[in-house]
Amino acid sequence: MRILTGNDLKTGFVTWWTGSDWSLHVEDAVDVTGKEDEIASREEAARRVNVPYAIDAELHEGSPRPAHIKDRVRALGPTVRQDLTLKPADPDIGNWVI
Amino acid sequence: MYLYDQYDQAMVDARVEEFRDQARRRLEGKLTEDQFKPLRLMNGLYLQLHAYMLRVAIPYGTLNSRQMHALADIADKYDRGYGHFTTRQNIQYNWIKLEDAADILADLAKVEMHAIQTSGNCIRNISSDHFAGAAADEVTDPRPYAELLRQWSSFHPEFSYLPRKFKIAVIASDHDRAAMRLHDIGIQIVERDGELGAKFYVGGGMGRTPMIAPCIREFVPLDQMVTYAEACLRVYNRQGRRDNKYKARIKILVHEMGAEEYAAAVEKEYEKLTEHPLDRVLEELERVRTFFEDPLFEQNAPETIDRSDPDFALWVDRNTVAHKAPGYVSAVISLKPVGGIPGDATSEQMRLMADLAKDYSFDELRVMHTQNIVLPHVRMADLHALWTALDEAGLGSPNLDTVEDIIACPGLDYCSLANARSIPVAQKISQRFAASGKTEALGQLKLKISGCINACGHHHAGHVGILGVDRKGVENYQLLLGGSEAEDVSLAKITGPGFDEEGIVDAVETAADVYLRERQDGERFLDTYRRIGMNPFKEALYG
Repeated sequence: MRILTGNDLKTGFVTWWTGSDWSLHVEDAVDVTGKEDEIASREEAARRVNVPYAIDAELHEGSPRPAHIKDRVRALGPTVRQDLTLKPADPDIGNWVI
Repeated sequence: MYLYDQYDQAMVDARVEEFRDQARRRLEGKLTEDQFKPLRLMNGLYLQLHAYMLRVAIPYGTLNSRQMHALADIADKYDRGYGHFTTRQNIQYNWIKLEDAADILADLAKVEMHAIQTSGNCIRNISSDHFAGAAADEVTDPRPYAELLRQWSSFHPEFSYLPRKFKIAVIASDHDRAAMRLHDIGIQIVERDGELGAKFYVGGGMGRTPMIAPCIREFVPLDQMVTYAEACLRVYNRQGRRDNKYKARIKILVHEMGAEEYAAAVEKEYEKLTEHPLDRVLEELERVRTFFEDPLFEQNAPETIDRSDPDFALWVDRNTVAHKAPGYVSAVISLKPVGGIPGDATSEQMRLMADLAKDYSFDELRVMHTQNIVLPHVRMADLHALWTALDEAGLGSPNLDTVEDIIACPGLDYCSLANARSIPVAQKISQRFAASGKTEALGQLKLKISGCINACGHHHAGHVGILGVDRKGVENYQLLLGGSEAEDVSLAKITGPGFDEEGIVDAVETAADVYLRERQDGERFLDTYRRIGMNPFKEALYG
């Protein structure tokens, strides 16, 4: 599957296209295969996202998991500061990234 | 240290308001990202892996306690309570919001700081010896010369759109503590027949094509130093490649022309420039020098240290450096606790370092390119009190220049350019060696880790270097041996096939064990490597 990501214009935070809006959580991302460019252009023009682009992902326990480690680190936060990630209390989240 | 005059302050304040307007227009949609990107980069604002990242310039690594307090306040007010000190003596914040960026720049301007020219194809922050003004071995304090170059290079209209970024380092001793010959221009202030002058090295650098800068002129009179630098830049600006960013650094030009031909072109340009000399260079240099006069060192300061506490004695042995004034030392505050993130400091730690600088070091701090902090002028009599305060705050690690004092770039945990994570590897290596008890036996062993070929972690210059690469989507780490950024500068060589994350930690320990087995009296790791060569290490690593 292909999912769409970018950064929030104001905060710079990593965001994911949910089909109707942008979410900080990659598990909310939807498959945009074939519609990547159209959605990216429209959303960037509306200033709802900064520099959007599509990436490969696969379903993992029912949720999208980016195919490349760089995007998994983007999705979670720095692996060396779990307290700053989106899942600070999940002891196994490192396995999801690596 | 240098204090802004009315012109410096006016320029910085004007730039803040200019950027405030640019950011507002971006947020209102009047500028596209393509239009805004070069403008934000000129103000040090990157878009990184998780958010905007702001890189703040710390000219030649020198700052006072008021400035360090301001950096701590920014970390709390606008970021997540910490900052990352970099290998170019700057600080970076990783979680900046665009809507806050202009306010941050305004806060910086209040303490005579900015983020100008910390990105883009311009002359970047001038770096220098972190022991400048304190070192026992310098011919003079190099910072006035670095400041002169800072003034010349700030907003220089001719050099705002160079083929590629441009980094200058200035030192004033034979002992190179600034990786001077791995800069685009390295300047060593030297003494000849009682006169000071500038020795120019041009065309060094790390990155994907590491090169050691050759000397292109042995002695430039000080009143001509800026003019000669201008000639160096002019030749590069005119002849450097703009068709391929990977071949655009000056090191490629110097290499392709040959050092002699490049030097001849510079001399020709220099001759032309001297027909219209810069006004009042020496006068300005004298003005700048007054900001860098020695503090009032105590006469007859005690030169004895009570070493009865073994932990304190170890810290003194490892983390203090000889000072030119009797009874004083320079003290290095390690930002490398075992298992910690190299170069990171919390806002509380920054405030403590600032307060300690005020109490014990004439209100001065320095950022080292090795991502530690220096209090340059500390009385020996104050060392125990200083160490006690540092140790209580987790800043008392006694590991300067040991295998635990690792340079590591932010790597894939923060950087959008990185291919692999650097920090976890640094953490595991420091934990491994701390647990094994080998750190002391290994002595000086400079270990440097980069998460990609851009080499922000200086892996080419490590006695042991590690380069993270992406191998089919999996992190892989190449091991390099034999580099040095010091006066015995050399480029490290790759040992062979790479390792996974656990394997590279084992590999570093294996290389260290070869050294321990093969070393002769007084040899550092680097000395042994240079004597016995790569093969014994390869045999141990790959069988």
